[in-house]
Amino acid sequence: MRFASHRDIARAVERGVRRAGLPIAYSAGFTPHPKISYAGAAPTGTASEAEYLELSLTEVCAVGDVRDGLDAALPDGIDVIDVTEEAGSLGANAAEASQWEVVLPGVGPEQAAMAVEAFLATDTVEVERLTSKGLRRMDARAAVVTMKTDRRATGERNAGYAILRMVVRHMTPAVRPDDILAALRHVAALAPSSPPLVTRLAQGPLAVMTASAAEAHVQGLAQGQKETTRPGALTVHETGTLPASAYDQLLRGAAGSLRTHAPGSLTGEYPDARNRAERQ
Amino acid sequence: MPVESVYSRLEPLLPLVRKPVQYVGGELNSVVTDWDAAEVRWALMYPDAYEIGLPNQGIQILYEILNESDGVLAERTYSVWPDLEALMREHGIPQFTVDAHRPVRAFDVLGVSFATELGYTNLLTALDLAAIPLAAADRAAGDPVVLAGGHAAFNPEPIAEFLDGAVLGDGEQAALTISALIRGWKRAGRPGGRDGLLAALAAEGGVYVPRFYDVDYLPDGRIQRVAPNRPEAPYSIAKHTVMDLDAWQYPSKPIVPVAESVHERFSVEIFRGCTRGCRFCQAGMITRPVRERSITTIGDMVERGLAASGLDEVGLLSLSSADHSEINEIATGLADRYEGTNVGLSLPSTRVDAFNVTLADELSRNGRRSGLTFAPEGGSERIRKVINKMVTEEDLIRTVTTAYASGWRQVKLYFMCGLPTETDEDVLAVARLAREVIKAGRQASGRRDIRCTVSIGAFVPKPHTPFQWAGQCDRQTVDERLSKLGAALRSDPAYGKAVGYRYHDGKPAIIEGLLSRGDRRVAKVIKAAWADGARFDGWTEHFSFDRWARCAAQALAADGVDLDWYTTREREYSEVLPWDHLDAGLDRDWLWQDWQDAIDPAGAAEVDDCRWTPCYDCGVCPTMGTEIQTGPTGARLLPLTVAGAQSPAMSAQGTVARGPVAPAEGPGV
Repeated sequence: MRFASHRDIARAVERGVRRAGLPIAYSAGFTPHPKISYAGAAPTGTASEAEYLELSLTEVCAVGDVRDGLDAALPDGIDVIDVTEEAGSLGANAAEASQWEVVLPGVGPEQAAMAVEAFLATDTVEVERLTSKGLRRMDARAAVVTMKTDRRATGERNAGYAILRMVVRHMTPAVRPDDILAALRHVAALAPSSPPLVTRLAQGPLAVMTASAAEAHVQGLAQGQKETTRPGALTVHETGTLPASAYDQLLRGAAGSLRTHAPGSLTGEYPDARNRAERQ
Repeated sequence: MPVESVYSRLEPLLPLVRKPVQYVGGELNSVVTDWDAAEVRWALMYPDAYEIGLPNQGIQILYEILNESDGVLAERTYSVWPDLEALMREHGIPQFTVDAHRPVRAFDVLGVSFATELGYTNLLTALDLAAIPLAAADRAAGDPVVLAGGHAAFNPEPIAEFLDGAVLGDGEQAALTISALIRGWKRAGRPGGRDGLLAALAAEGGVYVPRFYDVDYLPDGRIQRVAPNRPEAPYSIAKHTVMDLDAWQYPSKPIVPVAESVHERFSVEIFRGCTRGCRFCQAGMITRPVRERSITTIGDMVERGLAASGLDEVGLLSLSSADHSEINEIATGLADRYEGTNVGLSLPSTRVDAFNVTLADELSRNGRRSGLTFAPEGGSERIRKVINKMVTEEDLIRTVTTAYASGWRQVKLYFMCGLPTETDEDVLAVARLAREVIKAGRQASGRRDIRCTVSIGAFVPKPHTPFQWAGQCDRQTVDERLSKLGAALRSDPAYGKAVGYRYHDGKPAIIEGLLSRGDRRVAKVIKAAWADGARFDGWTEHFSFDRWARCAAQALAADGVDLDWYTTREREYSEVLPWDHLDAGLDRDWLWQDWQDAIDPAGAAEVDDCRWTPCYDCGVCPTMGTEIQTGPTGARLLPLTVAGAQSPAMSAQGTVARGPVAPAEGPGV
């Protein structure tokens, strides 16, 4: 799913909802659309373990049934991790920032650490990106709340890659991991040997992301107002594991078994992505 | 030995290419089978981009049938765009399947479905990327058997050099037969090697193996004779025909991509074949006779397909969908069943007939009533008689009046340019027709904002049709007529804005003509054009007429023939045509008589449809041992308990499936 665009994912979810036979509400109008809304879609080319979407259903359904039915109906690579009934909080307030993990092939841990240091030492790093609205300039530094190299993963053996962890604030225009990598290239000439592998590990309120406190995030989601026509909010889990990816193996090899992707709704050992992220 | 996936090497390249999601597979209802558990392994290819190839009915049907068959594995592969092709060459990554990313060369069979001749260069790219020798004669034990199917396989001669075999006609049973022969050959210790397998396929599988036939030429360039050079090879190769479509209910679990594709709908073929007798239409000639699916089977397939796919649009597919003997009951039944569920129903390929509008009204009960498409094909009454498209201007006006009156805002009309005996006047008649359509529409709807779009393309004569002897209209004449028509359409300000005009110029049609009616010598042209960079020739932005013309001139110089000789030259009765040994069941003398009837200076004679008039001896049924299978059955569709909802109850399964050909859009413009 790493390479699927937000439109692709949205289409797959619509079909999954129909396949699962969920009583989805449709918008009124000439061409009715199913009422599904998304928060902060991950950019194309990045994997994500923490996407949120909200379904409006026309009748109350058991959350477990919605989770299992939709999970079974979605293509491999999209897992439904959790469904909560109380919703309405998908807006910008809840998801203020994201935790990202970036694997940089061909970059040594020392080099990565120096680049991070140089980046954090700057006040602003302007980068440009061509968007649908034209060339936008943005300050990549301002969006980054924390950034560090993950030495635990790469320290043991010099595996020929480095891993970055960072918390990035959601801003307008959005500063994407790509932009931050461009900034790293700019300030520290950081040049991976092949395209970096980017994964969103979590998203939520800024304080929570910074503290990596998963429980608080769940509350954040549950705080929104209730709407009777919107009984469901989903956490959808996109993995980059289909087909088994080289990068994935790379990560597993480095970090042990913590990242093993359990198929389906992850109801077993790892209750959700946030916990898994925390355990690392 | 398990075959290694190339995905780990491919993935780092994907961020560098356009629309990478098309290469990752993992579609809903796709199947990955354990390599070692299968005895016969097929790679099925649609030689165009993923977004075009994925919805192809033929590939989806064969994929499902083969994967259901014990010990058989099938995966899919599509053409990669030039950006990825370059990276694959740089990094040594072979052509791969999207299912398990296995290298295509590891499979037993590479089956390629050709809906159009413009995919030939993409075959060469795939073979080359797969490290399979381009020429069939150079292939060794480790290479797959390369088979072609689809409509273009009815004259595979231009690509004969690159093929081990071609399968004519419906592929459902043929694919199973071929699998059984390969399995038997493997179990027996591969007697006779590769050659032994091909001999078995020719003798028992109904497969055309080009290398078992020699072609001799006359000094003037025409073919002298085509003759088998092996005892296993029959003098003529018959097409495959599947009877009883109710026994082959495929696709039942349509592959639904994450990526966007051209047809985001679940299509059910409601019947196969067409006997309307349009003289230009290869699809109608080579898929005879008409075999209907029953209304109840169609209802079951729609129900199952929607549940299995989550799609929200149903297409009732065939060459002329309104001709199903129970189409009214099907349309009403489905519309009743899905009323209020946001499931859309559509009827592609409809004829000019007011009844079709009633059907379209019925199918669009849920609201979306935007545009209707009809294909009068010819602008004047005279030319429509020549092509046996039995539509009068009165029919057309009555049809569009009904359409505009019942709320349709836009009507699209398809035409062809460059038909046999055509003059400027025949084409200019399109402009007058368009004005009449708008006039009738404004009157019927009482509004001025209705539109009519004229879409016109150059006619290409096709093998196995009455026009197979015709001289193709040269591109200058086509382009002149198209520009005159454009001027005529714009000339009247009262209608100028209401009429849209779309056309395809005559250049690609000439190359399509070369590839359609070419013989084995054309392989040199294809190879030269491919080596020169030809890819995705069906795409305007990739097609280069100049490249093809240059390569044709160079490659054919020694043979004393040229591009014009293959395209604009009219053939005589006695000439041996490159596909004469390939039997679509049509009686050659009947085709010739129909050609003569078409160009009769006293006016063309018309041929009726044999479904409701006596047989006119086209030859197909007696030659192929087939018969017309039509209703009515009298059965009716019942409402579902909960339409469109409920978890998929995937119980009732048909036994086996149906063929490689996707009739989709009807006439071969």
